[in-house]
Amino acid sequence: MSEYIRHDPSGRSAGRVEKKYFTFAEPPNEMVLDSGRRLGPITIAYETLGTLNAERNNVVLVLHALTGDSHVAGYYSETDDKPGWWDNMVGPGKGIDTDKYFVVCSNVLGGCMGSTGPASIDPATGRRYGLNFPMVTISDMVRAQKALIDHLGIERILSMTGGSMGGMQVLQWCIQYPEMVVSAIPLATTMRHSALAIAFNEVARQAIIADPNWNNGNYYYGSKPDLGLSVARMIGHITYLSDEAMRHKFGRRLQDRNDFSFNFEGDFQVESYLHYQGAKFVDRFDANSFLYITKAADYFDLIRQNEKNSAVDAFSKAAARFMVISFTSDWLYPTYQSRDMVKAMKKNGLDVSFCEIEAEWGHDAFLLPNERLDTLIRGFIESADEHF
Amino acid sequence: MNISDNQNMRYDLQIIAAWIRPGSKVIGLGCGEGELLHYLKHHKQVRETGVELLESRVAACINKGLTVIQGDINEEVTDYANDTFDYVVLSQTLQQVYDPLTLVRSMLRIGKKVVVSFPNFGHWHIRLQLLATGHAPITPQLPYEWYETPNIRILSIKDFRSFARKVGFTILKEATINTDREDKGGSYVTLMPNLRATYGIYMISRKN
Repeated sequence: MSEYIRHDPSGRSAGRVEKKYFTFAEPPNEMVLDSGRRLGPITIAYETLGTLNAERNNVVLVLHALTGDSHVAGYYSETDDKPGWWDNMVGPGKGIDTDKYFVVCSNVLGGCMGSTGPASIDPATGRRYGLNFPMVTISDMVRAQKALIDHLGIERILSMTGGSMGGMQVLQWCIQYPEMVVSAIPLATTMRHSALAIAFNEVARQAIIADPNWNNGNYYYGSKPDLGLSVARMIGHITYLSDEAMRHKFGRRLQDRNDFSFNFEGDFQVESYLHYQGAKFVDRFDANSFLYITKAADYFDLIRQNEKNSAVDAFSKAAARFMVISFTSDWLYPTYQSRDMVKAMKKNGLDVSFCEIEAEWGHDAFLLPNERLDTLIRGFIESADEHF
Repeated sequence: MNISDNQNMRYDLQIIAAWIRPGSKVIGLGCGEGELLHYLKHHKQVRETGVELLESRVAACINKGLTVIQGDINEEVTDYANDTFDYVVLSQTLQQVYDPLTLVRSMLRIGKKVVVSFPNFGHWHIRLQLLATGHAPITPQLPYEWYETPNIRILSIKDFRSFARKVGFTILKEATINTDREDKGGSYVTLMPNLRATYGIYMISRKN
């Protein structure tokens, strides 16, 4: 997702932000995970923007997608060349207005951007967890976020939003802690991955696992599985775009040459783009984290979570006001999946709005500057105020 | 009927608004930019839901703080349980629906009361135009050429009354109105409405 991060041309910015850390679940009070295993201590990296008001009723929680982090907007220092990943949406006067709202964003459990994950030191051994890290689920991630929200002294969240896997966390929050969520905006997301989505994730995982450097997840003290991880990222990027987006962005244009090379150097712009994205990704992301988080996304199944195995029943406990948003060209989380979600919410008598935004950029559309999305989110959060 | 604070709304919507009980639960099918629902929410404290096909209009509704679902009204109504709403409103859309009979039955199922308004094809302007010119009529209420009109189910006030008898629903209220060119103002027509009214507005319910 980082390819889209740009300085906001409007010059508006949330300004300086600081990454903070919250540690909890110290032994013997470890967190019990869905798998039954215990994990502790757990550190969650988070950032906040704006000011929490005295009534503590202006909290907006942002949940990041697969490879995102707590750095949602603003800058760590004046010399940063890039702001946070959703800087076009979060900031003063923006869709999520930091002049009005107290925005919280944390790195997911299992991540590698400051929160406890497979690259963290296992206190039991003094070495990195690697594959000894327990499998975590979307529900476990939400449980850890809830601990952070409690720690911040927040009882109810005015609105929460997230795209893709961030949207899964939104849905999970609304079901797991319904009394805490006033309104929710699941973006470009799904109640469960399709076989197609799982298939792409599995190919990405196998690319990592097939890299000899991966060494059963035990690579922290030697060469990293950079090749596997970069191929995994390349696969991801294909699924985030669309035929139309690729046609416009690259077509069959050649990169830095006028004719074919007649070798395997990568003649086409699209090849060069994927290589670049793959190479850039290995500098910032941990291969084991990628394995764990994609598995958590694949395991996520709101329908299977309840006894009746029905989408309608999944939302029976939810109480939030919802705005579900999908994008026309998103084939990874197609509109029909959002509609199924909306249908289940309707059948529970929930207050739900739904909008399908016309956008050519595929699944990535939710991250790109989009006036329609800004307006929808701004308007919806504003009207959530009266439901607090 | 107090419609005085509401002069900016289309005249037929003013009448519909006056029919809705405060605090009720209302769904507006084909709700456009949510003019009526916004009025009802703020003046009658209704719990509103809109259904609208066009993204830009859906966005306008959400921006007004309304709850609205982007989708096809014929499909969206099927998700609701019986008697989910106090009122189901279909204003000036019946004439654009491919299968009005199924839709009306669905509306009667999900709502205790259904409000329907439509342009009256029996109006004398229309009759005269067809008779005098031989062309498919074009009026302020039905302003399209035959090849571009969304109005595929033209009906008159008489037609709707006999539709009620055939399908077997009860007409609770009827307002036959004559509107000005912008549809902002108008008056009730009681004498020969099928000839003189530009619109028919009905509140209907299932037969008891």
